[in-house]
Amino acid sequence: MDIKDIIKPENIVYQKTKLFTEKPLSYCPGCGHGTAHRMLLEVLEEMNIQDKTVGIAPVGCSVLAYEFLDIDMQQAAHGRAPAVATAVKRLMPDKFVFTYQGDGDLAAIGTAETIHACNRGENFTMIFINNGIYGMTGGQMAPTTLPGMRASTCPFGRDTEIMGNPLKITELLAQLPGVYYVTRQAVHTPNAVRKTKKALRIAFENQKLKKGISFVEIVSNCNSGWKMTPNQSNKWMEDNMFPFYPLGDIKVPQLEKV
Amino acid sequence: MAKVKGAIVVDIEKCKGCSVCIPACPQEVILLAKEVNGKGYQYAYMEKPDACTGCVNCAIVCPDGVITVYRTKVEA
Amino acid sequence: MGELKLMKGNEAVAEAAIRAGADGYFGYPITPQSEIMEYLMTEKPYETTGMVVLQAESEVAAINMVYGGAACGRMVMTSSSSPGISLKMEGISYLAGAELPAVIVNVVRGGPGLGTIQPSQSDYFQATKGGGHGDYRMYVLAPASVQEMSDFVKIGFEMAFKYLNPVMILSDGAIGQMMEKVVLFDPIPRRTPEEIEKQCPWATTGKNANRKHNVITSLLLDSHEQEQHVFKLRDKYERMQKEDVKFEKIQCDDAEFLFVAYGSSARICQKAVDIARAQGIKVGLFRPITLFPFPSEELLKLSSQIKGILSVEMSLGQMIEDIKLAVECKIPVNHFGRTGGVIHSPGEVFEALKSTYLGG
Repeated sequence: MDIKDIIKPENIVYQKTKLFTEKPLSYCPGCGHGTAHRMLLEVLEEMNIQDKTVGIAPVGCSVLAYEFLDIDMQQAAHGRAPAVATAVKRLMPDKFVFTYQGDGDLAAIGTAETIHACNRGENFTMIFINNGIYGMTGGQMAPTTLPGMRASTCPFGRDTEIMGNPLKITELLAQLPGVYYVTRQAVHTPNAVRKTKKALRIAFENQKLKKGISFVEIVSNCNSGWKMTPNQSNKWMEDNMFPFYPLGDIKVPQLEKV
Repeated sequence: MAKVKGAIVVDIEKCKGCSVCIPACPQEVILLAKEVNGKGYQYAYMEKPDACTGCVNCAIVCPDGVITVYRTKVEA
Repeated sequence: MGELKLMKGNEAVAEAAIRAGADGYFGYPITPQSEIMEYLMTEKPYETTGMVVLQAESEVAAINMVYGGAACGRMVMTSSSSPGISLKMEGISYLAGAELPAVIVNVVRGGPGLGTIQPSQSDYFQATKGGGHGDYRMYVLAPASVQEMSDFVKIGFEMAFKYLNPVMILSDGAIGQMMEKVVLFDPIPRRTPEEIEKQCPWATTGKNANRKHNVITSLLLDSHEQEQHVFKLRDKYERMQKEDVKFEKIQCDDAEFLFVAYGSSARICQKAVDIARAQGIKVGLFRPITLFPFPSEELLKLSSQIKGILSVEMSLGQMIEDIKLAVECKIPVNHFGRTGGVIHSPGEVFEALKSTYLGG
């Protein structure tokens, strides 16, 4: 069979969602942000809520997320996305609202906003990209940098005696009654991506229930910051990040007793 | 018996040559081209197009969403 | 004619917010302005007008909630006092950069640092010269009565939406805490979501098929684009100067000397004018109501008849710099004021005028 007979519009089984803008993604080759963006947009497309969604972009590599996602978006000051989203959701409770934040934004400078939005049980979705490093500013140590892991501000590896321990903020947030759903996923393999999409779908569907925060952590790579090729970084992530940040559901709502 | 045949089309100018799609392909269809695109990236292409089943794994993991996947059934 | 009530300045702000049709208030407690949120939580406007009232985890969170709400085209506000306003400054800079409308009330107390909880006017620089980072200004209203605490909330929202810029109501602990009668304006219904979308086509309310996606950001990585953006902001500030300067002149017509004072100090000076006039000294009071834009033009006009100006501020002297610029150093301008939470008396102000300009 000739390839021309396969490549026909009626045979398309997968293509990039139309909810992306025309702008090429500014992320480094192999970076998980692009895949995370795409899964998010596919969920919005499948739920048909593009017109009812407002997203909050952070400071960090994904600061320009609003250039790529063809939905209404706000860019928040560093770490403040959960406060910004709180007002958006409270003032427009019928909209779907999400924050998209990295580890520095969500778990260092924005820890107070993160914990309090979660503790108040705000009704939005938080997407947390954890790659254990400050990517945009050039690879400095993050609150989630692993012990011994190198970054430009811990060039000999994170010494926990001096620099403290990495923060498992996701487990911490799961303790709060205002948090309804917590899961940790990845986007480096086809299976991981499919699971992430499922998790995001649940996280957005949950907004209809008005039962609190749905929190999706995505453990991702930063091959530039980690100074590896994309595929090496994904392998390194499996070998080093996943043992410390194990994938899977952390808090799943109990089924309502009838 | 019907057999599934697939093919991918890479948006060459948007491909960054990250290679994440290569290990994602169970049929080892994809490689990076020796040539580069306008941005200087070696781009992904079907080295063994006959083996493609259109499983979409490559497109799903592509960070830049540059892969479109086609699939059809053919009579053996 | 509106309803007549005896209220604290802080309460008047809160009541005015509800009556102005505000969509949201986000705050954090700090003396001497906590009555604003206390009043709102007691009145529960969320059950009547639907106005959201939320106690945030910090001033930083509160101003960012304001950012989020304003970006949806909503009428939102916050309030605080000096140390809390310092914390809000990052958010105010973002509001100005992203061109968002918001009202921020500062019930000023003495500083620097944690300072004192007593009234002061030492945040003039912070309010009028930036405070946060970058090339921006706030439209700054300075109320001198409980009545104005109420009225300026309404005017503040009007200006915020006219210019798409943060507006500060620069009050102080005295005006915030004092009780006076106030004529409350009639309630204005909150806008419907449809009205908001029409009035604010830039707002992030959900992208529909008829328009491009709306983005609220203050980030322009291309420095030439950023420069153009700042020029656009400058044009707005110049328009404020042309169209919305506010001031009050009291016994200025025949004045040979002038007190220039705003807020509480202006009220004290009004009494000092009476003392001076009783002794035959021709003194007037010029009260800037907008501190930015500063009423420079009017002050320059007045200066031709004036022998000397006393800038009376509860600070070491901050507005005096704008006065000197306004009168182009053509006449003497001196400062008098107590600071650190101490309020000067009319007698002290009068004595200062005498010792400065009349040889004691």
